[in-house]
Order: sequence, then C-alpha cells, then structure tokens
Amino acid sequence: MKIAHDNAERHVLTVTVDNEPGILAKITGLFTARGYNIDSLTVADISDDHAISRITIVTNGPPQVIDQIEAQLERLVPVHGVVDLTTAGSHVERELALIKVTGTGEARVEALRVADIFRASVVDTTTESFVFELTGAPDKIDSFIALMRELGLVEVGRSGIVGMLRGAEGS
Amino acid sequence: MQTAPEPSKTEKEEHVSDHPHPDNLKADQQSGAAILTQCLVDQGVEFVFGYPGGAVLPIYDELFGDERLRHILVRHEAGAAHAAEGYARATGKPGVVLVTSGPGATNAVTGIADAYMDSIPMVVITGQVPTGLIGTDAFQEADTVGITRHCTKHNYLVKDPAELQSVLEEAFRIATTGRPGPVVVDIPKDVQIAVPSRRITAKLTASHRYTPQMAAPAEQLIEAVEMIAAAERPIFYTGGGVINSGPEATRLLRQLQDITGAPVTSTLMGLGAFPSEHPDWLGMLGMHGTYEANLAMNKADVMVCIGARFDDRVTGKLDAFSPDSKKIHIDIDRSSINKTVPVELGIVGDCSTVLGQMIESWGARKPQDLGEWKARIAGWRARECLAYPEKSAKDPSAIMPQRAVERLHALTHKREPIITTEVGQHQMWAAQYFGFEQPNKWLTSGGLGTMGYGMPAAIGAQLGCPDALVIDIAGEASIQMNIQELGTASQYRLPVKIFILNNEYMGMVRQWQELTYESRYSNSYSDSLPDFVKLAEAYGWTGIRITEESELDAGIEAMLATDGPVIVDCMVAKDANCLPMIPSGAAHTEMLLYGDAHEGTMDDEAKALV
Ligand SMILES: Cc1ncc(C[n+]2csc(CCOP(=O)(O)OP(=O)(O)O)c2C)c(N)n1
Ligand SMILES: [Mg+2]
Repeated sequence: MKIAHDNAERHVLTVTVDNEPGILAKITGLFTARGYNIDSLTVADISDDHAISRITIVTNGPPQVIDQIEAQLERLVPVHGVVDLTTAGSHVERELALIKVTGTGEARVEALRVADIFRASVVDTTTESFVFELTGAPDKIDSFIALMRELGLVEVGRSGIVGMLRGAEGS
Repeated sequence: MQTAPEPSKTEKEEHVSDHPHPDNLKADQQSGAAILTQCLVDQGVEFVFGYPGGAVLPIYDELFGDERLRHILVRHEAGAAHAAEGYARATGKPGVVLVTSGPGATNAVTGIADAYMDSIPMVVITGQVPTGLIGTDAFQEADTVGITRHCTKHNYLVKDPAELQSVLEEAFRIATTGRPGPVVVDIPKDVQIAVPSRRITAKLTASHRYTPQMAAPAEQLIEAVEMIAAAERPIFYTGGGVINSGPEATRLLRQLQDITGAPVTSTLMGLGAFPSEHPDWLGMLGMHGTYEANLAMNKADVMVCIGARFDDRVTGKLDAFSPDSKKIHIDIDRSSINKTVPVELGIVGDCSTVLGQMIESWGARKPQDLGEWKARIAGWRARECLAYPEKSAKDPSAIMPQRAVERLHALTHKREPIITTEVGQHQMWAAQYFGFEQPNKWLTSGGLGTMGYGMPAAIGAQLGCPDALVIDIAGEASIQMNIQELGTASQYRLPVKIFILNNEYMGMVRQWQELTYESRYSNSYSDSLPDFVKLAEAYGWTGIRITEESELDAGIEAMLATDGPVIVDCMVAKDANCLPMIPSGAAHTEMLLYGDAHEGTMDDEAKALV
C-alpha cells in the first residue's frame, strides 16, 4: 500500500477577514481537515476599528491544491478576499526575527560585525549577550541565523512572513 | 483574536431607548429569548424541531403558549436535526432545530454534519452555559462552536444580546442562499434572559461578507452553448444543486434538455429533477448506477455537470472517468469546480439562473444529429442492467427486495409519494427501482450516508407536506438507529409509513464482505431483532408483516389504506446483492452486473478505498 505524494510549489497568500472569535481556528482547522500545509502564518488586525485582520499564509502544494485552498478560504463567511501573491505578480516578503547570542572576546566582536553587515540592530545587550533584531526576506534571516550558530546562538524568535504586492495598486 | 468591540459598518445600530418609536418600545423590553422567537416568526418559521434542557429553558418558556411557532418534540436530538433536514428538503424552506447545551448539541452533530454534506438549509439554535461559566467545564458545557466548526457553513457564539437579532438574520440568510447549509447559533443562558438596551439589526441586503454569485458572465454561456451544440455525444450529469436551486431549476433543466436533446443522468441527490419516465433519462450514475448511464459518461464527448460535485461514488477511478469528454461544470460553490476533476469550463452561479441564461444563449441553435449516440445508448440499455434474478439462490421462495420496491412504486406512484430512506442496499434499490418524476420527493442521506436518517426525515417531510404520502424505505438495521422517533410520529398523529426491507443483515456490509473479504461476515448479521409489528403496536402504530410474495400487493394496499402511521416489516431474500456495482476505485467500464461472479478478495490498494 503506497501513499501518494505530489510535486509541491510554495505560495504566499494574503487573506483579509472579519476579526471575529474563532476565525483563526476556522482557517487553521480548514488546513488540517483538508490536508493542506502551513509553512508560516501571521495575523494582526489592520483597520482603525480593529474589525478587519490580515493573515499571511505561506503554504505549499501542487497548483490544483493551491487553487482549492484559495477557493475553500473564500467560501468561509468571515473571509473577504484571498490574494495569491505568488501568482498575482511581483511582491515583497518580509519577516522579523529576534536573535539572542551570548559570548565574550573574539566571538562577541565577530557577532557584532556580522550583525552590521546584515543591518541587524541591537535591541538589548549585556556584557556577555546581544539580542539582535533583523528584518528581511526569509533566506536572509536563515543565513544570519546560520552564521550566529557558530558565534553563540541561544534563542531565535521569528514572526513568519508578511507579504505585499509591489507597485501602486492595492490587492 | 479579539472580538471587534464595535459593530462592523454594514450593521445599523438602533439605540431604541433614545428613540422611543412606537414599534421599538416593545422590542426594548424583549429578552434574548423573546427576540429569538420573534426573529423565527419574522423568518416565516412554522416548525421548531427540538428537545428541552437547562440551558434553553428561557427559550422554552417563550415558546409556551406561543401560537405562532409549532414546536415538535422529538425523542432524541439526532431526530430533531434529521427531521429538520427532511422538512427542508421536502419544502425548500430552512429547517429549524432547538437543543440544549452539552449533550443536546453533541447529539445533534450527526444531523448537522449530514446537512452540511448534502447542502441542506438549516438553522440550529443551541443553548450554552452562561457566559461567565464558559471555559470552566461547567455542567453540560461543550464547545459547540468548536465541535461544529467544520460541519457548518457558519456558526456563532452570541455573547451580547444586542447582537442576537442581527446574528439570526444573517444566519438565515447564510443557511438559505448560495450553496445552502447548516448554521449553528450558540446562545448562552444569560444572553437568553438579558434584556438588551440597544439592538443591532443586520441590513438584509447583501453585505460585503457574504455575496454568492448567482449569474454567470455572458461569454461563458456562449462558450458553453457552443460546446453543447457542437457535441456529437453530449450528456447532462445533474445533482442535488438542481433540487436546492428550487422548482424553477427543474423546469429549466427539462427545457434545456428539450432543445439540446442531450441524455440525462443524475447523482443520488439529484433524482427527481429529470423525470424517470422520459426516454432520454439514463438512470442514476456511479457506484450503483445503471450500465447505460455509466457507459454514456465514459464515452461522452461533452459533459455538462449541473449542481453536482464529482463525488468519488460517482466518478470511480478518477483517471478513467469520462476520459474523452470536454467538461462544463455549473456550481454555485466555486470550490467544487476543479476540486477532483479538472474541467474545461467552470461556471460559478446558481443552477436556475445559469440554466435560464443558457437557454437564452442557445437561441435558435440546432443540436447535432444525435441519432448515432442515442442508438449506442439504446444498445447499452438493452443490457437491462436492473434485471435482477427472479429468485434468491439460497431461498427460492423469498421475496426479492428489488421486486418489493418495484411493487411499492407501482402501487403508490400515482399519489406522487415522498420517499425517504435509511442507508444501505435498500437505499440503492429505492434509488434504482422507484422512479421519480418531480423534485423534492426523494430525501436520502447522500454525502454522509447516515443510517437513522429516514424516519425522522419522513416526520419532518410529513409536517411540511401534511397531505402527502410519505414513506421511509428502510433497512432493519438502520431503522433501529432512530427508532425512538416512533413516539414523535404518534404524538403529532403523523401518518408516515415505514417500509422495512428486512434481510436480517446489514446487507450493504455483507455485500462488501463478500466482495472483499471472502464472505467472512464479521458482525454484519442483524441478530436479536425486535418484532417490528409488536414494536409498532407498542407505539400506537399499525404493524404489518409480509413474508410471501403473494402477500406483497395486499400488504402494501393495507398500508396505504391505514390512516395512521404504519410499519411494514417486509421479509426479503437475505442474500440479494445490489448491482450493478462499480467496485470502488474501478473505472465505469468495469461494472459488475447481475450474473457476474463477484465473491472473492481484493488487493490492499482496493481494500483501502471506501
Ligand atoms: C451511522 C452509520 N453507521 C454505520 C454505517 C455503515 N453502514 C452502511 S450500510 C450499513 C448496513 C445497513 O443495514 P440495513 O439498514 O439493514 O440496510 P441493508 O443494507 O440491509 O438494506 C452500515 C452498517 C452507516 N452508513 N451509518
Ligand atoms: Mg438489512
């Protein structure tokens, strides 16, 4: 008995929703119930009256599954709209990370030097530690973390991706 | 996430106390429970199917003496939900359910899930523990909104009585428009008691948050009619969406068929949309569909799927499903399009609206000469796939169940009965041998396949259609799943008929065990059956037993001649199987027919399919 696997593509979706109780459970539950993947998910309300939230979901799957994900999301009553940034055009993806590194001497100096190259800022420091804040595309954060691993990495927190279409048009 | 502290912009707030308009004064003094019953009346609700309990007592007190709503007291909340489904499917109006918190709500879940799978409009009001106790594992607390999240079209927990009216208005709109479905409104007990000082009413006009697309773009319809007009081997494959869309959709389907000449097949849920006596009717398709319907699907060059969803019971093996056809799919739910079967043209819209648009776009076109196609179909029909063996191999004197359904049809069809079913072989035989000429006459649990659906559904249908002959074609195992509802029918003097095809087996399970597990009948024998005739009598029903074929017609006539409710315990052949059958995962061309040997075993791949 073999279990089939398909070729997956990575897609970034933004979903605007009514900010009502249970909406996140509804959306994440839809993904688990139908066997879709979530690589990252971010959410926060975006309107003055806190009534609307925007969710950015990074998922992967074959094209017909991505299309189904979009259709299934649009079917939920509190969902206003879904945009697949990956197919909609050129877009930016950003992620924020907080990275704690401990060390003294040469390692500490080196950590600071690398942080400078990556334009990470120091948001907290003690004589033997730093907390760096870094914003950027996910792979930039990956490389920064990889370097810090050799320089006393203690803890990483990542926000997950927020994305938006380039250009003057709203999505 | 937090609740929005302010109502969204599409809702209108009325500070009733600031504006003492005469109409609003009374509203001002209404408790949550009174607002609820008023909303139900305003929505045109006739019946509430329910069962009381601690968390809904304020609502039950409002119902006391309220002549505007008729509460139907069931015997189990599952019965309430299925009765509401039966009412909805027979009348086209939403079914309304009222149950208490905790076990009341969880007992109703099967019916809610059933309505979700079959797109039945339903509003379920559940009581909840008071807001202050939510989350404390209070007595009879269940996370109803959490439990029903994925088997409802939408659900709500109403924490502010001021929102109750707008929530209920929206709940009915969501349940009944677009692709219909169940909506749960969970109301804590304190919200039922509180008298809100302000009231939020939702504008009934389409709000930003829920606007189903009804009509399709004109260019899609031109493309569709051109594909159909060019087809040499067209087929219409219709489903429950045509029934859900209302009688107009049925009328338009028949009209479109008339001008295009295309033969028609239907899913289990769509039976009745196209008349079974029409020469271009192919019968049901799919796992237990007819030879002609499945082969026509397989050989068609243009398939028009109208309000159906390419269920695995219909398609069989996906990569062999209608391999040479261009496909057009009309569905109000865009997520149904390209879900399992890729189509050339997906049209999002309401069946009746789109069928109307299609007829208009067809204009004066002429279809191709379909003579050759119809001749091929006639060849398949000649195989007479529904011709079952005259006698049971093991018990030659036993009544063949197929014959019982044929006789039931012959003796009742003039009265255009409403037929409900349970789940199993009897359900499939009813679908195969009971011809339907009109929509809303065939109520069955298709998507979820819920044993125990038929009797409560018959009760709901009988309430909605008091003059109709309503018959539940049942199996002896399924009927026991909601047997307690005999009491409900007695109480409300509903003359429903239950016709049990008693084969002393969970026949459908036995059939699969023969096919797949070398006839090891693990737990599929219906042991220790009750005496259904005595059981009927115990509840004040009439009981009739039929054991010989010679008694069949007289037994059915006696059932029809009885004014009150009747159980007919019709003893049928224990070994009859339901054919044709496409074993799951097989192609439409690999049908098993009467006369084929089909006992044996299967490889793991086939066993894994349901
Ligand atoms: C609630 C529920 N449990 C189990 C099943 C699985 N099941 C499908 S058909 C069937 C047997 C039904 O037996 P009966 O009602 O006697 O009908 P028959 O097939 O004999 O006509 C069973 C157990 C189901 N469909 N629903
Ligand atoms: Mg049986």
